[in-house]
Amino acid sequence: MSTDWQPAASFATLNARAKLLQTIREFMLQRDIMEVETPVLGNAGVNDPAIRSLVTRFSHPVDSRPHTLYLQTSPEYAMKRLLAAGSGPVYQIGRVFRDGELGRLHNPEFTLLEWYRPGFDHHALMEELDELMILLGWEVAGRYEYRELFLEHVGIDAVTATLPALQQEAGAAGLHSASPERSVLLDFLFSHRVVPQLGLERPAFVMHYPACQGALARLKPDAPAVAERFELFVNGIEIANGFHELTDAGEQRQRINDEIERRRRNNDNLLPIDERLLAALEAGLPDCAGVAVGVDRLLMCLLQLDSLQQVLAFPVERA
Amino acid sequence: MSTFSTNEFKPGLKVMLDGDPCAILENEFVKPGKGQAFNRVKIRNLKTGRVIERTYKSGESIEGADVIDLELQYLYSDGDIWHFMDPNTYEQYEASEKAMADAAKWLKGEEICVVTLWDGVPLTVAAPNFVELEITETDPGVRGDTATGGTKPATLETGAMVKVPLFVETGERIKIDTRTGEYVARA
Repeated sequence: MSTDWQPAASFATLNARAKLLQTIREFMLQRDIMEVETPVLGNAGVNDPAIRSLVTRFSHPVDSRPHTLYLQTSPEYAMKRLLAAGSGPVYQIGRVFRDGELGRLHNPEFTLLEWYRPGFDHHALMEELDELMILLGWEVAGRYEYRELFLEHVGIDAVTATLPALQQEAGAAGLHSASPERSVLLDFLFSHRVVPQLGLERPAFVMHYPACQGALARLKPDAPAVAERFELFVNGIEIANGFHELTDAGEQRQRINDEIERRRRNNDNLLPIDERLLAALEAGLPDCAGVAVGVDRLLMCLLQLDSLQQVLAFPVERA
Repeated sequence: MSTFSTNEFKPGLKVMLDGDPCAILENEFVKPGKGQAFNRVKIRNLKTGRVIERTYKSGESIEGADVIDLELQYLYSDGDIWHFMDPNTYEQYEASEKAMADAAKWLKGEEICVVTLWDGVPLTVAAPNFVELEITETDPGVRGDTATGGTKPATLETGAMVKVPLFVETGERIKIDTRTGEYVARA
């Protein structure tokens, strides 16, 4: 008799999840951050080469043309449209979807807490996230520069190292890949050599990533090779990712075009560009910082469990 | 030759790495939220037995190894070569001392072994998990002592040395777990 109809998480864990969500909502309410909901299904998606969207088809009742819809990989674009329209500070606790991701720390659908703070930079938002972490029982987080951590744990300078030097280091650490790009080498070395050492005693913020690891962060005005991006790590696990957000529509379009170019080179499928996001940025995104927190991983670390499957009622294998 | 993508790297899959046949042991998905996905793989080199870790970009492919496992019957050894036969086809195979490794000391003839062939040649040989062999030499037993848990060395009919409880005697047949080399019970 199969038992996979039963939940994978214990009721004690599901109870802790319910409490965690409630604590987060109270935290946001006290700060006058408005809870919002944005579509899970979008007409456009992200072309980030490292993120794959799940795709579905909508049958329109009065329009027989095929309608392809993309399950959101993050509510970021829709929330930025709200900000550009003048929403003020907003947060969302929602389900996001990523194709191809499954493992001890991954499930193809997971819960993201994402919030945006007009007028904040990444330092101020790190401070606020730290307050939430302390409320949940953690110690004050340490703060580290990406470049210094990389130097300490890998032994080379991530910003100035030549491509061959990175390739040699990555090869010695077990990467088996023909001719990887700089960002892939940094991802490999950082995720394999640095991340397992982070947040072991108390949570650790890492900030100021190399520009090629910048995604939607603005570049530091005094050091344009560095992005105003941060991440939070607990027990060697990535918990949150935040940016001092890029607000320049021209720069944003350029980065989207670069991503599309990389996808073309990799023969990946191309998704329709989110022109509504670009229009919102052109209309004016307020200076703001935003952060996305993996709620399932947060709960997993809170309860000292070792896999995401233990905190989900029904992980994908039982869904 | 077939190739396998990272999402086909299941435990047991045989692949070629640096010119050697290897078996996948573990395949872990590692991905930074905003970065490249990787598969961190533990692999055993089937020639040297060494276990190494390699990391692949998710979606990359590597060449499969022409490696198969066959159940073959051990016939005899002439000292350098161990001879096996497929009981279904009667086809014979010759295994080197290196391929035999630890398996040789448990075999006396007619056992069915799992023989891993690479390009048709035995690469590794696994003795049956359990064998029954006669003790040819051990110190005299301590009669009735089944409780103290002491052990003594014993030589088996194949020449293998194992530790046995104090109460077993020369001439008795015992059951051995070949994976650990440990005494299990009197046969």
